[in-house]
Formats: sequence, C-alpha cells, structure tokens
Amino acid sequence: MVRDALNMAMDEEMARDDRVYLLGEEVAQYDGAYKVSRGLWKKYGDRRVIDTPITEMGFAGIAVGSAMAGLRPICEFMTFNFSMQAIDHVINSAAKTLYMSAGRVNVPIVFRGPNGAASGVAAQHSQCYAAWYGHCPGLKVLSPFSSEDAKGLLKAAIRDDDPVVFLENELVYGTPFEMSDEALSDEFVIPIGKAKVEREGKHVTLVSHSKSVELCLEAARELEGQGVECEVINLRSIRPMDEETIIKSVMKTHHLITVEGGWPQFGVGAEVCAKVFESAAFNYLDAPIVRVTGADVPMPYAKSLEQRALPQGFNIIESVKRTLNLSPAAAAYRS
Amino acid sequence: AESASLNVLSPYKVYKLDDGPPESVEVTRDDGLKFYRQMQTVRRMETAAGNLYKEKIIRGFCHLYSGQEAICVGMEAGLRPTDAIITAYRAHGWTYMRGVSVLGVLAELTGRQSGCAKGKGGSMHMYTDNFYGGNGIVGAQVPLGAGIGFAMKYQGTDNLCVALYGDGAANQGQMFEAYNMAKLWDIPCIFVCENNGFGMGTPVERASASTEYYTRGDYIPGIWVDGMDVLGVREATRWAAEYCRAGKGPLLMECATYRYHGHSMSDPGTSYRTRDEIQEVRQKRDPITGFRERLLTNNLATPEELKKIDVEVRKEVDEAVAKAKTDAELSAPNLYYNIYKQIPEDYKRISRWGGTHESIIIV
Repeated sequence: MVRDALNMAMDEEMARDDRVYLLGEEVAQYDGAYKVSRGLWKKYGDRRVIDTPITEMGFAGIAVGSAMAGLRPICEFMTFNFSMQAIDHVINSAAKTLYMSAGRVNVPIVFRGPNGAASGVAAQHSQCYAAWYGHCPGLKVLSPFSSEDAKGLLKAAIRDDDPVVFLENELVYGTPFEMSDEALSDEFVIPIGKAKVEREGKHVTLVSHSKSVELCLEAARELEGQGVECEVINLRSIRPMDEETIIKSVMKTHHLITVEGGWPQFGVGAEVCAKVFESAAFNYLDAPIVRVTGADVPMPYAKSLEQRALPQGFNIIESVKRTLNLSPAAAAYRS
Repeated sequence: AESASLNVLSPYKVYKLDDGPPESVEVTRDDGLKFYRQMQTVRRMETAAGNLYKEKIIRGFCHLYSGQEAICVGMEAGLRPTDAIITAYRAHGWTYMRGVSVLGVLAELTGRQSGCAKGKGGSMHMYTDNFYGGNGIVGAQVPLGAGIGFAMKYQGTDNLCVALYGDGAANQGQMFEAYNMAKLWDIPCIFVCENNGFGMGTPVERASASTEYYTRGDYIPGIWVDGMDVLGVREATRWAAEYCRAGKGPLLMECATYRYHGHSMSDPGTSYRTRDEIQEVRQKRDPITGFRERLLTNNLATPEELKKIDVEVRKEVDEAVAKAKTDAELSAPNLYYNIYKQIPEDYKRISRWGGTHESIIIV
C-alpha cells in the first residue's frame, strides 16, 4: 500500500541520517492522522518524531528555520489544505532563501501530506495544490501515484538539498500496488524531474499525475478494446516538469489530453499545453489539446455533485474519441 | 583607567523571574573603545546608506537602524559567535555586527557583487555565518528563529538563537505560535522585541492592547532593558544567554529604543511625531553620545582617542561607499543561479531575452 511505502521511505531515511526528523500534528503518539507515520515514534522517540500543536504557520516556520540551521525536517501537514495557513513559510521562507542569500543558505525540507480531493469533506478540505506550488521557482513539487513512486520519490525528496513539496493522495493511501525487489531496497531513489511512461501507445498521449493516473490507465484499458492505444504519462514531478518525455510522446501520437483533479485555470494541464505549444511538438499536433480537469467550482458536499466535480473515466474516453475524431462506429472500424 | 564599574542607565524590569541581570556592570577600556567604534560604524554606515538612497543609487526599500545601535552592539557582546541571530528588515546594523564588512552591507544596498548576497538580496536579505537574515516578512523571522534554536538543541550544542522583531511585529499571530512551541519544547531562543515606539507610522499605544512587550510571552519570563544603554543590553544579554544555555527554555527581552529616521526612506518620519521629540531623544538618550560621555567621565578614553576612532570610521565608510558605487553588478546569467542547490538532471530554465525565446541550461 502507498501508506506503507511512505512509511518505509521515512523509516529508512531516518535510520540513514540523524538530521532527518518528522514533525506535524498527530504524527507521533497518535501514529499519524492517516497512519502514515505508524510506529516511527516508538522507534525513534520524542527527539525525532514530534507532535506539534495545531499551529501550521508556527511549526512550518520552526521546521524551515531548523532546515536553515542544518537539519532535514519532514514537515507533515495533516492535509495540504492547511498548508495555506503556512504558505508564507513554504514560499517566502523556504523557496526563496537560497536565491536571496546568493547560495549561502539552503533549505533542505520536505513538506508532505495528503493533497487533492478527499471524499465527502466539502470545499475547504478538497483541493489540489499542484498548480499553486508548481508556480514557484525554488520549490520542487512531487506528486506520486503508485507505491514505488511514493517510496522512491519521498526518499529523493528527503535527500534533496532544496525544499520539496510532496503531494500525497489520501484516497490511494490504502491502494495496494506491486513493489519490485528493487523498490524494496533501501537505496531505491527515483530521480526528481523525470516522468514515467506507465503505458506505451501510439494514438494519443494522456498526461496526468497522482490519482488521475489511475483513471487514465483504466480509460486506456477500455479504449484498447476499441482499437485505440493510449500512451499514459505519469508526471511524478510537477516542478521541474519533464518536458522531454511529453514532447517525445506527442511527436509520436500527434494527440494530447491532460488529466488532473485540480481546477482548469492556470492548472497543471494548462502548463503542459503551454510547454507543448512552445515546443517542436506543436507542429505534430493533429487536433487541439483537451484538458480534463476538476470542475471550476469549490468542492460540493453531496455525493452526486462531488462526483461531477471530479474527472471521470468517461470524460477521458469521450475526450480521446473527440480528439481522434472517432465516432463509435469509426472506432469499431479502426479495430 | 583600564576598567570601570558603572550602573546601567535604567533599572531592569523583570517578568516571572525571581532575579534579573546585575545593575552594576564592569567595563574595560578595550571593550569601551570597541563598542564606541562599532556603534559609530553602524551610525556612519546608515548615514551613508541614506545619502546613497537620496542619490538614487540604492533602490526600493531601505530601513535605517540609526538610534538603535546599542542593541546590536550590546547583544553581540553578550553572545558567542556560534550563537545564531535572525532579524527583521531593519538588518544593516546586525549584518555588520555579525561580521560582514561595511562594504558587504553597502554594496548589497547598491546591488553590486561585493554585497554580502552579491546584490541578490538587497536591504532586507543579508546573510553571513550564524546570521540568517534579514527577513522582509514582518514576524516570519520569529518561528524561523525558534527553528534555528531547535536545531541547535537537536544537534546537542549549547548554542542559542536570538530572534529579533519590532513592536509592530509583536502583534503578529505567528509570534504567539512560536512562543508556545518554544516553551513546550524548551527551545534555547531569546525573543527580542526592539521597541522603537512606532510600527511604521503607528505608535505602540494604537497598535498594542499591552505595550509591556516583555510580558507578552505570558508563560515565558521576560526582561525589559533600556535599549539606548549598550552596557545594560550587554549585561542583560549575557544573563539571558546563560539562562537559555542552562536549559530553562526561551526568554523574552524588550529593548526600549528609538529610530531617528522614518520607517523607510519614503517616510520622512515627521507626520506621526514631532521634530522636537526626535531632537529631544538625540540630545538626551542618544546611545552613542551618552556612551561617549561615560567613557570620558570615567577616564576610559580621551577625547583624542575617540576623535581618532571617528576619523578611522569615517575613512572606512567613505572607502566602502566609493567601492559600492563603482563595483559591478552580477552578470546576466547569474539571474538564473542559486534557484536550486541541487539542480535536477536536464533541468532547463526558459528565459526570454531580447524578445526571443531561448532555452538555456545552467550547470
């Protein structure tokens, strides 16, 4: 499960480096609000696994200060929604200090926690921050999908000398993914800034991150039966973004659809589009790009409305068909 | 005389403390001359900065420390070089006291490469060893300072951090968040309020329900110090540092002071106070002239010695001004350096120079 992969990553990195410590609300004695830090307090004790009061701005500031002075904090936000209380420290204190100090003071910190829509918790607790943080130079922003992503990227984030925003997804914490032997090793680290082609295909490229990758893979399986081969790219890293993998894929498939749970305007998909427009791949596009995103509304509470506010499999499938100019009959013919 | 025993200028006030720093302090001739030189250097440097601003060589924000010199000089004397400091946007004096040269400060202000942040930081963002800025966000430096103190304790040292803020910042919510955790976790941090009477143009009485800033840590003990008295500040800092090093947790310190200039260069500083008020402080409470008198009356220095220091300081600052005016700015590619310490493989920064779209790779 993704939860265990994250736990393993923190455990291994804490064992490896005494400067690494974890702080946040309920991370220690309660074992984590979502049990991601289960067992770490028992293993590492009060010095290295620290329960904070409910005081995001304060503890984010303390974490950043400690990173300036040589520690490597993992600062857990119970969810990223609460990081808005602390966003000044994420951006003004963490992201900009290396630049302002002309390279003298670096801030090796990881801000992590669940991001994106949860289930039935309404507007203030369901939101994607990938675009917010992805906007800011000085930050690295990671958004894992699978267990391997979670483990390899979190270890990379903890070892990194710069501030990293690590966007998890509560809805996949309990999802089982296979882990290769390599991924189980304590030296398994995934490089920051590289996307992963989850599935190869030649007709259309689907670019996505986090839980939406799952939707893309499901849509790709369904479309396969209709003769459409989707290439699914899991971004893994929002900032820096792996342009090369996207561009290469678009030059192969000539069609692009972006899929994300966040809002459309200035979103991750918007950035992917812009990168393609500015690249050599622009001339390879045979149809306009389509963005599949969360609806441009605050998240409603009611179940049926919430569902409509998030991308669904059929949104992707219809977008693919529209992009490829496939009527159901044409799709059948193609196969 | 080689040394003298003097009383602090104003009695300390203490909050939730059984005792306080001694009010009779010993000062050697060497220390006296050193403090005088340091305060004069900061004063002279700030005057030069004000002039460079008027000549439009310094841009943007520029907050001068004149009037508050006894705090950075006195506190530095009561600390170890391995202790850390973080302060707010009124950072020039502190930057100098932490070891940056006058040129390092002035060239930073003029945006030149000899600046301590090579011209990337400017007035509010200066750094050196164990000096973490220079933070432009009012109040943000306080939890950061608590975090630096946290790191010192975590690393098993007996160093501490001093986090400075103004009376304006004292009302920010994050102060109280930092106080709370610092006390819960016994963080070795001295929270220092430099109360200069005004948060920008608002006098303390109109901004703070309680202006007794040294008591506003509630469960954190505090000391009030006359911030115009370099010896009082040094003694109180020594005492506070000892308290923190003993593992007793954080302490608050309020230094009562005054700023002669406006809040920043765009503020003439006369709409919310009278010129007479400023003049009266200059005459009766000035930290440098007051200390000068004490050095002379206690035979710790002669007028000639002090005059010699004045001349040397003036020369040092004048030379720094000349270099700060003529030094080069960083070359254009530096625009893209120092965004990341660890640059991701193949990471491209896209720049738009001269209207053309150009991708450059920085190694």
